[in-house]
Amino acid sequence: MLSVLVFAASQLLPGDIGRNVLGPFASPNDVKALDHQLGVDRPIYVQYGAWIGKLAHGNLGMSLEYKVPVASLLGPSLVNSLKLAAVAFVLVVPLSIVGGVFAALRRGHWLDRLITLTGLSLTAVPEFISAIVLILIFGLLLNWLPVTAASPADADAVTQIRYLILPGLALVMVLFGYIARMARAGTIEALESDYTRTAFLKGLDTATVIRRHVLRNSLLPTIAVIATQMGYLIGGLVVIEKLFNYNGIGQRIYTAALNKDFTMLQSGVLVVGIVYLTATLLADILYSLLNPRIRYAGVE
Amino acid sequence: MSTVATIVQPSEIRIARRETRRQLLRSKTFMAGVIIIAFWVFCAIFGYRIAPHDPLSQAFPQLQGLSRAYPFGTDQLGRDVFSRVLAGARDILIVAPLATLLGVVGGTTIGLVTGYFRGLTDDVISRIVDAVLSLPLIVIAVTVLVALGHSTLTVIVVIGLVFAPIVSRTVRAAVLAERQLDYVSASRLQGERAPYVMFVEILPNVFGPIVVEATVRLGYAIFAVAGLTFLGFGVQPPSPDWALQIADNYTLLGAGTYWWTVLFPALAIISLVVAVNLVADGLARVFGR
Repeated sequence: MLSVLVFAASQLLPGDIGRNVLGPFASPNDVKALDHQLGVDRPIYVQYGAWIGKLAHGNLGMSLEYKVPVASLLGPSLVNSLKLAAVAFVLVVPLSIVGGVFAALRRGHWLDRLITLTGLSLTAVPEFISAIVLILIFGLLLNWLPVTAASPADADAVTQIRYLILPGLALVMVLFGYIARMARAGTIEALESDYTRTAFLKGLDTATVIRRHVLRNSLLPTIAVIATQMGYLIGGLVVIEKLFNYNGIGQRIYTAALNKDFTMLQSGVLVVGIVYLTATLLADILYSLLNPRIRYAGVE
Repeated sequence: MSTVATIVQPSEIRIARRETRRQLLRSKTFMAGVIIIAFWVFCAIFGYRIAPHDPLSQAFPQLQGLSRAYPFGTDQLGRDVFSRVLAGARDILIVAPLATLLGVVGGTTIGLVTGYFRGLTDDVISRIVDAVLSLPLIVIAVTVLVALGHSTLTVIVVIGLVFAPIVSRTVRAAVLAERQLDYVSASRLQGERAPYVMFVEILPNVFGPIVVEATVRLGYAIFAVAGLTFLGFGVQPPSPDWALQIADNYTLLGAGTYWWTVLFPALAIISLVVAVNLVADGLARVFGR
């Protein structure tokens, strides 16, 4: 389904691929020859079949722009992006869960209102704006962190992570609101439930009740929302990677789009879709592992 | 319809509406949001006229710091940042609301149809919706904009089309709850056609969730348009659009100075999106969602 969608989208692209590659001064014959060589003069369903056939063998085709296999360019970029996403992820998950649970425990208190409204507002601010503000504060005013994402070539892991903190934080600011809101709602629901009341009534202290009864149940919806936000995260990478000039998959898609490098664009978008679906699947599995109520439901 | 119902209903509705309005007016955060939005709408209309300098003119000294003549400094092309911030509200306040409108109208229609008919129509449309939602908006938008060439109209249509399925989910959920109610069966038993039941009977009753969803979507639309503009696929130069100002000047940040060229347009966008979200939050509270 996804592959059809991606392929259909890229077929919308202006038909004359050979002309785009060779530029406006190439002779019509050369253009025709290249079109034939690339196979884009064949009917659409034949092209789709060929494309899918190659995909099945892990062959993403050649980049029109760089004349090298797409995979050799996308691979390293994907790794870079995953590094950045991992930094954002490691920062946002504990931060927003603690924030959300804390707000829920102080429900109605001004701190709750503050966390909720801050989260809501941060979520709404475009990521490149948050990034600019972060750069101004931490990069220029305080001079704590580097303002580019690409670390020097031979940098060790710690330095690499240092370079990724600012772009990661920009993504964190967008995601924090969603996840914290979900964690808060889940915790409130769990706090109001009968089993929590029972746990309190049988004399357990607050910390134990929260750890053993409330958190286990409140974090389930949170995991679900984290998975859906993975899709956003990848989209956010396009903007953030451009802003910080970081060679990731988002930057690849962006330059491919600018240069009309259709094979690259196609593969990049497909990879993004696959990453998203994988993330969703992993979250589903994690969800069912943590939730005994649906653990056997899928098996029938 | 019985005479009692026709007499009682309107006044009840009016009382309910008055109560809603009162609740909204009492909410400080909601009113703060409304005031900020009103300010930017005013700037969108009159910005070019109230700006102290011509927002498009490059006649000023380049990269001047803050001074009385240039309260927010000037950018690298010698344009007055203060004037550009005032005038920069226009494009985004045209593009984002139109995209939202398209998304909400389309989404409401899809939601009404899928929620009302269910069955096969529902299944097919829901699958398509799922497929569309599995790709991030910015990636879809960039791909389509490259394919069709970027114009303001394309930006509006792309964002609207991506929003429609998202809105349809909310509307569908609301319709599913409504269609169980007696007034829907009554109307159907009266022999009303499906479009009449959907748009005249059900639609007014799911209006609350739709209004809330529309405000939330407006926030996302501003988010998306700003992001696309920053990438170069949205509003085009020489517009003094805020995101465009940032895109023009952010590369200067590495040098460590010239912060005013990006900070003020950034603050403008932040104030606008936060205001929209305060309004959305206020509406969601009142409509009880």
